[in-house]
Amino acid sequence: MKAKVIKKTKWHRKHSYMAIIKTDELVFDYIRRDEEGNPEGITRAVDHVDLEVNPGEFVAILGHNGSGKSTLAKHINAILYPTEGTVLVDGKDTADENNIWEIRQKAGMVFQNPDNQIIGQVVEEDVGFGPENMGIPTKEIWERVEESLKAVGMYEFRKHSPNKLSGGQKQRVSIAGVLAMHPKCIILDEPTAMLDPNGRKEVVRAVRALNDVEGVTILLITHYMEEVIHADRVIVMDHGRVVMQGTPREIFSKVDELKALRLDVPQVTLLAHELKQRGLDLPDGILTIEELTGALRKYMPI
Amino acid sequence: MSIILDHVNYIYEADTKMAVYALKDVCLQIPDGQFIGLIGHTGSGKSTLVQHLNGLLKPSSGNVYYNGRDIRDDDYDLKELRSKVGLVFQYPEHQLFEIDVFSDVCYGPKNLGLSRKETELRAYEALRLVGLPEECFFQSPFDLSGGQKRRVAIAGVLAMKPEVLILDEPTAGLDPKGRDEMFALIAQLQKKTGMTVVLVSHSMEDVAKYVDRIIVMNRGSVLFDNVPKEVFKHYKELEDVGLAAPQVTYIMHALKNDGWKVDEEVTTVAEAADEILRACGK
Repeated sequence: MKAKVIKKTKWHRKHSYMAIIKTDELVFDYIRRDEEGNPEGITRAVDHVDLEVNPGEFVAILGHNGSGKSTLAKHINAILYPTEGTVLVDGKDTADENNIWEIRQKAGMVFQNPDNQIIGQVVEEDVGFGPENMGIPTKEIWERVEESLKAVGMYEFRKHSPNKLSGGQKQRVSIAGVLAMHPKCIILDEPTAMLDPNGRKEVVRAVRALNDVEGVTILLITHYMEEVIHADRVIVMDHGRVVMQGTPREIFSKVDELKALRLDVPQVTLLAHELKQRGLDLPDGILTIEELTGALRKYMPI
Repeated sequence: MSIILDHVNYIYEADTKMAVYALKDVCLQIPDGQFIGLIGHTGSGKSTLVQHLNGLLKPSSGNVYYNGRDIRDDDYDLKELRSKVGLVFQYPEHQLFEIDVFSDVCYGPKNLGLSRKETELRAYEALRLVGLPEECFFQSPFDLSGGQKRRVAIAGVLAMKPEVLILDEPTAGLDPKGRDEMFALIAQLQKKTGMTVVLVSHSMEDVAKYVDRIIVMNRGSVLFDNVPKEVFKHYKELEDVGLAAPQVTYIMHALKNDGWKVDEEVTTVAEAADEILRACGK
């Protein structure tokens, strides 16, 4: 019997039944060792995390240094394996060695330092490295290189040497390299930490476009609060646990809780919070300048 | 007593076809005790500029004077200059190497040829200044958290008792609270010791809160050099060169466009809140 073909819209991708990433009671312990290599104790970096990310979703993970967010991310790409619990990527268990290559192709990862991720002498060769390793026919590799570089807006630089590019450009090449492997999901671990404001904007714009246009699932780890306001969902981690979860508006309306977790809110949100505390009647979780000026209008003296 | 840059040019790969001006006709005066933010996007020349201040690079043409003396003079003691102008590089914690925190901080003053007693005294003082708890002094620096490691690296430079402290993006990679703590620490150091501090940063929002003066670099030249609120008036030009004013500046301009009678020159959230409440008549 043939299944009925339904054209998938973004809504379908978001509400389809199977989660692309699913962790169940995930625990990760690592053993601390002294100089001689003798075990000193155990640190629990991820503590019973249940996470479900649906196809096409844009999820941002916040948390202070050492809160366990990078450790969590490394599990999704099978760089680390759970001490307890399971991680399923597109239904495949990362603990099963036979699944590793399939998982790494489905869930691509982009790291903080662009200089550690680029190996090719020429931009297009670097982007082609992933698909080449997967054994894709040459003709298709070039097609994938072209479409990936176009998706991140780096096509005109395809013949350049990567070491002459800016940090933001290098990071976009790294993303194109992951994209050329046709992943279902991309995990970005503080991709903008080493970039200047322009580079940050370029990268965030490229990531949003991938999510909106190509429907790639995004898991973005960041310390910059402005970068998460476009996410579908924000997850806040502390001591290896998920301590807050919600839409950016829900999360950013809890200014004091975030501060207690060593985090921050965008300046406009902070200003609205401050005005509210000092007696103005404003809604919680204002995220943009337009929202603030709109909400203030009723107070304007005539 | 001050640093003066007089028509400084710096050219990478001069005499080749690839010659690039990294600094172009830079004239600056940095008086004693000032707290300065040096801002510019990647490749704007800020790191090249900073390396001129302690003689790591010498100008292709033009002069750099430290306390009235040209640092290019043949008999100028560059070693002394480097002890007076301390440079904390990006991710300075990567430079820690000793077996314990205290020895690491001793390394600088020891190399200045100071006595053991003086060296240890300075190391102790420097570690206290950066607020590192005493129980960490004899731990391996590699067992500390990222923020603590960075403090140790800064203490290593402070132990040389510099007159000028230059920090290249001291908050890179830290979480928001860590950023606030680091800036507060630097501001406090500056107040306590009266050092000249040059803070290289991308973040206007953070810098606006602390510094007396902002120097904006673009393509190797000084684009703006003024107090923060004067610099932020040029927020449109800042955007053209890949930077941005603090979000507060945009909020105040948006309110003004809406017809509010507010002072759009305020630069921090606290000032903005006061200004808006005043305009509301509360």
